[in-house]
Amino acid sequence: MMSEQVIFRIKRFDPENAEQGSYWEDFKVDRKKGKTLLEGLFDIMENLDGSLAFRFACRAGICGSDAAYVNGKYVLACQEQISFYTGTIKIEPLPFYPIIKDLVIDMEPFFSKIRAVNPFVILKKSLEKEVIQSSEEKELMGNSIDCILCGSCYSSCVTVWTDPEYLGPAALLKAFRFVRDSRDAMTDERIGLINGNHGVWRCHTAFNCGEACPKELNPTEAIAYLKRQAVKKRFSRLFGK
Amino acid sequence: MADVEIFKHDILIVGTGLAGLSAAVEAAQRGKDVATVSITQAYRSHSSAAQGGINAALANVAEDDSAERHGFDTTKGSDYLADQKAVLAMTEQAIPRILELDKLGIPFSRTEDGKIAQRPFGGAGYPRTCYSTDKTGAVIMMGLYEQCLYHEVPMYEDRIVLSIGEKENKIKGVVAINLITGKLEIFQASAVIFAVGGAGRVFKDTTNSWHNSGFGFVLPYFKGVPLKDMEFVQFHPTGLATNAVLLSEAARGEGGYLRNKDGERFMKNYAADKMELAPRDIVARSIQTEINEGRGCGPDGDYVELDLTHLPAEQILSRLPQVRELAIRFAGTDLIEEPAPIRPSTHYTMGGISVNDKTESEMTGLYAAGECSCISVHGANRLGGNSLLECCVFGKISGVSTSEFVEANKVDDDALEVLQKEADEVEANIQNLFNGEGSEDGFKLMAEMQKVLSKNLGVFRNKEGITKAQETIKDLKERYKKIKVKYTGRIYNWELARLYMLGGQLHLAEVIVEGALKREEFRGSHCRTDFMKRNDKKFMKHTMAHYDVKNDTCKISYSKVDLSIWEPEERKY
Ligand SMILES: Cc1cc2nc3c(=O)[nH]c(=O)nc-3n(C[C@H](O)[C@H](O)[C@H](O)COP(=O)(O)OP(=O)(O)OC[C@H]3O[C@@H](n4cnc5c(N)ncnc54)[C@H](O)[C@@H]3O)c2cc1C
Repeated sequence: MMSEQVIFRIKRFDPENAEQGSYWEDFKVDRKKGKTLLEGLFDIMENLDGSLAFRFACRAGICGSDAAYVNGKYVLACQEQISFYTGTIKIEPLPFYPIIKDLVIDMEPFFSKIRAVNPFVILKKSLEKEVIQSSEEKELMGNSIDCILCGSCYSSCVTVWTDPEYLGPAALLKAFRFVRDSRDAMTDERIGLINGNHGVWRCHTAFNCGEACPKELNPTEAIAYLKRQAVKKRFSRLFGK
Repeated sequence: MADVEIFKHDILIVGTGLAGLSAAVEAAQRGKDVATVSITQAYRSHSSAAQGGINAALANVAEDDSAERHGFDTTKGSDYLADQKAVLAMTEQAIPRILELDKLGIPFSRTEDGKIAQRPFGGAGYPRTCYSTDKTGAVIMMGLYEQCLYHEVPMYEDRIVLSIGEKENKIKGVVAINLITGKLEIFQASAVIFAVGGAGRVFKDTTNSWHNSGFGFVLPYFKGVPLKDMEFVQFHPTGLATNAVLLSEAARGEGGYLRNKDGERFMKNYAADKMELAPRDIVARSIQTEINEGRGCGPDGDYVELDLTHLPAEQILSRLPQVRELAIRFAGTDLIEEPAPIRPSTHYTMGGISVNDKTESEMTGLYAAGECSCISVHGANRLGGNSLLECCVFGKISGVSTSEFVEANKVDDDALEVLQKEADEVEANIQNLFNGEGSEDGFKLMAEMQKVLSKNLGVFRNKEGITKAQETIKDLKERYKKIKVKYTGRIYNWELARLYMLGGQLHLAEVIVEGALKREEFRGSHCRTDFMKRNDKKFMKHTMAHYDVKNDTCKISYSKVDLSIWEPEERKY
């Protein structure tokens, strides 16, 4: 028989009591079939401790609000069934980010990198009258369009930890999405943007990002593609087109 | 005086869903000083959860489709309660608007000749729903968010707007709480656009986001702006029976079947022609009838099955990857191999803040767009794919209207004074909650409200049930005065925020109940089992709910429907 209750061990931090530092606190949560970690957190907020802070929105694994580090794995709290866990469930905010309160983190380091790759299509002149893109051309972007900006990959990346200026997996996946978009006119400039000291070459192909991604995307592969394009560009500059 | 921070912009948009972002991009393109304020980080608004698609008569697939036909389908779908000129304006604008979005680089799925692909959707005579696999909302949201980055629109996040500053029926801005600092903030603006999404969370089982609380609806209402047609609530036929997460209508658009416990495709008994692709309200009622009459599946007979197993796995993987993933994650069933348990769930709020086709409300400077607004283009029932469209078209129009408004209007000298007073009132409300008596548990009251609405104002309604809900809501409003917020820290205090908003939600529930009780007919989503016919003579009119300050309750009146294009007929499929 499954036990009726399960322990949520939550890493807490209260900015209004900052000198206390981070600490762990246990809560007993009812284990019910079909119940998710996020629903467990709401149980705590409503019945045990109204001070518990976490972000949430769609609760369907689509909006990316509630990424967390649970038993040493990156998850979206809303799409994890409690019943899949045995023993204590250890829940932490995403590592690396500054903590605002409990599970709520400051994502500015992440979003500043997204902004740095010029994440918007600059349409080719030839398409200004009507946009035509074949399904095959659309496919080139692959599932890079499915990133939900949850910030997990950035937290998992060893290079980010050693070089906080590094663009990181999500921003580079974004860059890939636009480099691979047949409608975009800025390919060369985009390669320039990701080719600097804190760009693609810092990726050590550790594959942490792909493992952390709740959408099963593969930023490492995208980065490898961008590296090849950067090399190509260099050669074509050296030897003429 | 409450300790507040002050921000000033010409145009302020509350909410960053598709409506809010459409407005922001439009105003930014026009060089206006525009900013957004939202609970969520921009991309995380519930528009990202929209799966199926967005309608426009591009005629990329069916050559003889037209804006006129789209308009007719929409009007018929609305059970003739939509305002027809506004509908036609929307369906006409749909075409250039989608092409505009295409130019922003939004990755729509494509036809063989490289144009935007279109699929069939319920209640539409032609395949006119544009899509990107089953992640249409997400890709358009991302595209518009990226445009906001391009235009460097200031986006204030982790904030909940709690009140409007208004004087002599003119808006001065809003008061919000910043969750990160816990402080109140004043956003002074000449024009404010409400784009706060739907109100599904006043009900129990809903496909809506946690932030579609409906609280935002009552802020204009408390200051004299009427709410229109709030009794019309759409129940989506295919919410997962486990937790009401939505499985898109696209699953039926791609050929999915609905089956009862005998494996029968029961839609043949309700809409023999359109079968599973009949409009939502009809499908939802059919499912509920199957369940009520004992033909539901499972041990409690409380759901039916959505069956895709006859479709090629390849088609499910390429066109419905997200639908499949959601069913796996939240119901433990792989649609390639077995059907998923589904039942009707609260999905869409047809009614809302009453505005005209320029998105102007009755208060000078206050605009509303998207699901929280009611123009009305959906009338008594919205067609799938028309809501994203409404957000994109009227969101943009609100960007145009406010841009023109701020060109012609200066900031009022008394704005800050009014807003500071408003902030003081909000702070007083917060202190009241902290110091409440505490004999009632706020979250229990919330659950009771949701339960009583779902039970009595669901797919089927009658006088007895609605009256019961009316009494319960009245009682809950009284009991709300006795709640206490136990956690008194200021930073990221969701106990405070949710219970603060509950006060407003109860008023919204009251508006829904009062409108439903008085509307003694069966129209669109509003199915009164004690009045099973549409009654054009008595009820071809919009319900208008005004806040009665003195009695702290709502007053219902009615306004005219624009029927100038199509003659009402019986709505049959
Ligand atoms: C699961 C699902 C699938 C759907 N699929 C489709 C589809 O395929 N096609 C279609 O046409 N329609 C679909 N719809 C409907 C459509 O998605 C919504 O009607 C539409 O996205 C609403 O957009 P919006 O901009 O009005 O609001 P939302 O996207 O809900 O955004 C609301 C915003 O307001 C903010 N907010 C709310 N209250 C406050 C406050 N007090 N202070 C500050 N900010 C606040 C929120 O943070 C959020 O940013 C679907 C709906 C759901 C739930």
